[in-house]
Amino acid sequence: MDVPGIVQLLQKEFPSLSWSEFRGQVRVCVSRDRLFLLLQTLKEQHGFDMLADITCVDYLYYLQKMPGRFGLVYVLTNTQTNQRIVVRTFLDEPELVAPSVTPLWEAANWLEREVWDMFGIRFAGHPDLRRILLPDGFTSHPLRKDYPLQGLGERNNFPVIRRAES
Amino acid sequence: MALELPDNVRITKLDAIANWCRKYSLWPMPFATACCGIELMATGASRNDIARFGAEVFRFSPRQADLMIVAGRVPIKMMPVLQRIWLQMHEPKWCISMGACASTGGVFDTYAVVQGIDRFIPVDIYVPGCPPRPEQLIQAIVDLQEKIQREGTVMGREFVDPERQKPPLAMRPEGRAGLPGVIASQPLDGEHFA
Ligand code: SF4
Repeated sequence: MDVPGIVQLLQKEFPSLSWSEFRGQVRVCVSRDRLFLLLQTLKEQHGFDMLADITCVDYLYYLQKMPGRFGLVYVLTNTQTNQRIVVRTFLDEPELVAPSVTPLWEAANWLEREVWDMFGIRFAGHPDLRRILLPDGFTSHPLRKDYPLQGLGERNNFPVIRRAES
Repeated sequence: MALELPDNVRITKLDAIANWCRKYSLWPMPFATACCGIELMATGASRNDIARFGAEVFRFSPRQADLMIVAGRVPIKMMPVLQRIWLQMHEPKWCISMGACASTGGVFDTYAVVQGIDRFIPVDIYVPGCPPRPEQLIQAIVDLQEKIQREGTVMGREFVDPERQKPPLAMRPEGRAGLPGVIASQPLDGEHFA
């Protein structure tokens, strides 16, 4: 079955599911409460067995009005048929929490840590939600649009080693 | 006759001999974090052959090296590592900052890249370029050899010269205030990422 057909099947179970297609790529949009269930259904009943990526988009200064500030993006692949589907959900401050999908895919572990590191979105039920790229002491989430490009002075905050001390 | 010479004449000669030995046996520690590292490897390879200048023994242990060549950009996560390796090297030691990134941050004017390693560790020679050609790095080594011969001392007195203890302008309190995003009252050796 092609991906739009799968989506139409899903819409019986998830009536609020909206979807769109662009150049053969199907994107579905779901609310946070039903996100885990939808991903589970896609994995267990429709063969989307591989989690290719989890990422996030900050729509803070976006021209169009979006349903929430952060768009979480899950890219799933069916390794049998090579079909792809993109699942999106929108989150808004102050409740930046999404259910962790580590019970479904082990690969989600590091991907979710990266989203936490860069955007500050927490994943409920994640086994080990630490920073993955930035140093542990870092306090901001730099891929947010309101974080200045040159940082808040982190890059200037080291001890200065003088010639005689070394 | 020779016995009547004052002591300081002999000391000067000893310095000259020590400098001569040191300048032709530099053992580089290649701190190659990015693309400049490729040029650094090319400098060591047969066409350019850094061995002609006595600096071919690349050592990956700081304990065995006396010339730090920082080739590439240094992110904030790497800076504590760089400082630690620098402190682990034995005196006398020198540092070459190779490329635009190591010297100034280059085009990477972002939160994650240190804007010049000379803000936090002492640097003897800067090599401009993105990346510098092997000839330029060799020129830097020749210049460093000249510098060692000119001002080196057996006991390393030139390293404690007060002029050389000054941090670069950007890191002095008056310069630091002008840095974007830095609170002027922040202590110079405060907590990392406070
Ligand atoms: S100066 Fe250029 S070649 Fe060297 S590390 Fe930076 S970007 Fe790469």
